[in-house]
Amino acid sequence: MKNAMQKIFSWFDERYDVTPIIDFASKKKVPVHRHMIWYYMGGVTLFLFITQVATGILLLFYYRPGADSAYESMRFILTKVNFGWLIRSIHSWSANLMVFFVFVHMFSTFFTRAYQKPRELTWLTGFILLALSLGFGFSGYLLPWNELAFFATKVGTDIAGSVPLIGKPIMAILRGGEDVSGATLTRFYAFHVAMLPAIFTVFVGIHLPFVQRQGMSEPEELAKMGENEKKVMNFFPNFFLRDALLWLIVLNVLLFLAVFYPWDLGFKADPFSPAPAGIRPEWYFMFMFQTLKFIPPHVLVFEGEVVGILLFMLAGLAWALVPFWEIKSKSRGLTHPMTIIGLIALVFIGVMTVLGYIF
Amino acid sequence: MKSDQRVNGSSRRKFLNILIGGGLLGWVGSVLYPIFSYLNPPEIPEANVNSIKAGPASDFPLNQGKILKFGKKPVILIQMNAGEFKAFTATCTHLDCIVQYRQDTKQIWCACHNGVYDTNGRNLSGPPPRPLDEYKVNIINNEIIIINPAS
Repeated sequence: MKNAMQKIFSWFDERYDVTPIIDFASKKKVPVHRHMIWYYMGGVTLFLFITQVATGILLLFYYRPGADSAYESMRFILTKVNFGWLIRSIHSWSANLMVFFVFVHMFSTFFTRAYQKPRELTWLTGFILLALSLGFGFSGYLLPWNELAFFATKVGTDIAGSVPLIGKPIMAILRGGEDVSGATLTRFYAFHVAMLPAIFTVFVGIHLPFVQRQGMSEPEELAKMGENEKKVMNFFPNFFLRDALLWLIVLNVLLFLAVFYPWDLGFKADPFSPAPAGIRPEWYFMFMFQTLKFIPPHVLVFEGEVVGILLFMLAGLAWALVPFWEIKSKSRGLTHPMTIIGLIALVFIGVMTVLGYIF
Repeated sequence: MKSDQRVNGSSRRKFLNILIGGGLLGWVGSVLYPIFSYLNPPEIPEANVNSIKAGPASDFPLNQGKILKFGKKPVILIQMNAGEFKAFTATCTHLDCIVQYRQDTKQIWCACHNGVYDTNGRNLSGPPPRPLDEYKVNIINNEIIIINPAS
């Protein structure tokens, strides 16, 4: 048996020279320190993405896009298809957990300042992946064609439409017409199952090799130490097995949530009924939604929502470009200006999200 | 002689670069233009609706609102006091949600962002920037008829 494996390997090695890759993998080290737990967050996100692809493909076997068929096919999946409820529930829970871990991964990178030189482009591709994840969430939310999703999409696309100059054409392209209708659903379907996965895969394909090429970012105090003082761990098998164990734990949490807290389908969307009370977007858009509620109808001569969305776009752009304008400082811990900026962002998002669920 | 050749060569290279670069740009344009045009949804001509019938006035409940289809647009019809009908576009001027009539406060309310209008369609509180457009309501032989004021 072992001999046969070796034969296959050497057949391969002879043709494709895989030894350098094996060599690289076997020498790969992971720094050991008290903040190393954050190293696992990107991996968990990747695992959840793989789960999304797998369950998403399974859902495609029964889902039928269209204003007259989407909700009905979802009900069919939930009530008639064997384990349909489970696959759908895992897809919804995994989507939410994935966005959550994208944010955790992003903030941990921010607070450990791992975005600094030479990892600027890793940060930037990561930010693009975050934006794409939100796009996945927004487009996937509409697909069951229920009441909540319908109005969330109306509001979300209308916000996009309020951007000066380019807003209206973007809104028309998103909606596939003037209003949110069956045409919007087919478009969101195309975004969700074809366009976004393709683009996302390309950026994951850039993001991960960047990480491999440069290795793990080390905290400042560790980077200053000599090579012999540093504590390190082999990636294979030590870190890899820990990663695998965590993935297994996440899978179990996912199954627990999907089985005991299955996701609701809600009521079918009706374009001619009032928005129900308690309408709200998915939790990761809540802070923006809530901020828009607080902005008065008019700020100077502009409409409030225009000001709001421009501010959010500006903040997003600044966040994406953090490695290029970062404020350098000798101070450490909580007094570092970048830490303060990060905490302000975190507190703002947290407070607005909580307020969104209270009011 | 030699430098002549080089001048000649470099200008030829420049020419070719412009030609190839321009050709490439033209190619990118001719690929992207149809794609964006394709994504931009075509205008679907629709019959212009100028008025709709909303049933017998005597059957319409008091102090209640109802969302009606006015062509492709939703309209809210309210009866505040007996025989006193009002109709507005049901689309909130804030972010496109559909409003509802609240019996408890006798106001028009949008659940999405807590926008409040009075029964004249004026925006009272919350984020809506403009009043709701009003539609004319006529009652002819007990039949409610809603008319688009723009027609």
